[in-house]
Amino acid sequence: MKARVFVTLKNGVLDPQGKAIGHALNGLGFGAVGEVRQGKVIDIDLAESDAEKARSDLKAMCEKLLANTVIEKYEIELKA
Amino acid sequence: MKSAVVVFPASNCDRDAATALEQMTGRPAHMVWHQDSELPDVDLVVLPGGFSYGDYLRCGAMASQSKIIQAVKAHAERGGAVLGICNGFQVLTESHLLPGALIRNADLKFVCRSVALEVDETQSAFTRKYDKGQKVSFPVAHGEGNYVADEETLNRLEGEGRVVFRYAAGDNPNGSSRNIAGILNEKRNVLGLMPHPERVVDPLLGGTDGRAMFESLIEALS
Repeated sequence: MKARVFVTLKNGVLDPQGKAIGHALNGLGFGAVGEVRQGKVIDIDLAESDAEKARSDLKAMCEKLLANTVIEKYEIELKA
Repeated sequence: MKSAVVVFPASNCDRDAATALEQMTGRPAHMVWHQDSELPDVDLVVLPGGFSYGDYLRCGAMASQSKIIQAVKAHAERGGAVLGICNGFQVLTESHLLPGALIRNADLKFVCRSVALEVDETQSAFTRKYDKGQKVSFPVAHGEGNYVADEETLNRLEGEGRVVFRYAAGDNPNGSSRNIAGILNEKRNVLGLMPHPERVVDPLLGGTDGRAMFESLIEALS
């Protein structure tokens, strides 16, 4: 089973990198670009066929290591 | 005072910390590898500056999962003193020994210079030899020192006298909330700060404002 985990900053947490990317896009002439927020994508191969078990393992991985839940939120996508 | 310095892969201020500790206490610090699961019998554990695990994932995130951190947590739980400097502060927040988080500097720049700080709190084993409101100058060298926490946590830290160091007005190098440079845990035996007191204990290295922190610890823990 393959999983994709998205880790992004919680709403309201300052994202200096997102801001800089936004400025750069504006500078390239993409005037329509407003706020930009950036984050991480983590692809994981899992030796697990039970989707429910996989999801609960991934949740534990996010809580324990992949995301710092003080400032970040995460989303889990599973592909069979 | 007996002390230990934890060494992670890519710690780079571990020897600065050990040198300062030896100079100030007259006895060498134990160097403890991150894969060790036990600490020697010490009063103070220092988590040094550096770029543990190459700052992969988030600064301090991988180090917070290393074996020795369980022993550091147990030491803190028993009331032992823990000092996290720079990357060590990041490891402490990632380990949840201190609240909040340290994110990318607001202007995205790595900042490496001396900053003016104010000692906000002297009721601690780390700062009892300073005067309240004393202005000191410590070097900083970091790209992710921007302290953030929710309003409730910030209010609580201030209300409980746990903000120990603040960047002087107009000299906040990273955008930290409320100019916070260093904080204590609830039990007041764990301190994390971004500036480097261990780099200012010898006039040859440009300053001695950090000495009082080690003198405080020696007085409190010996």
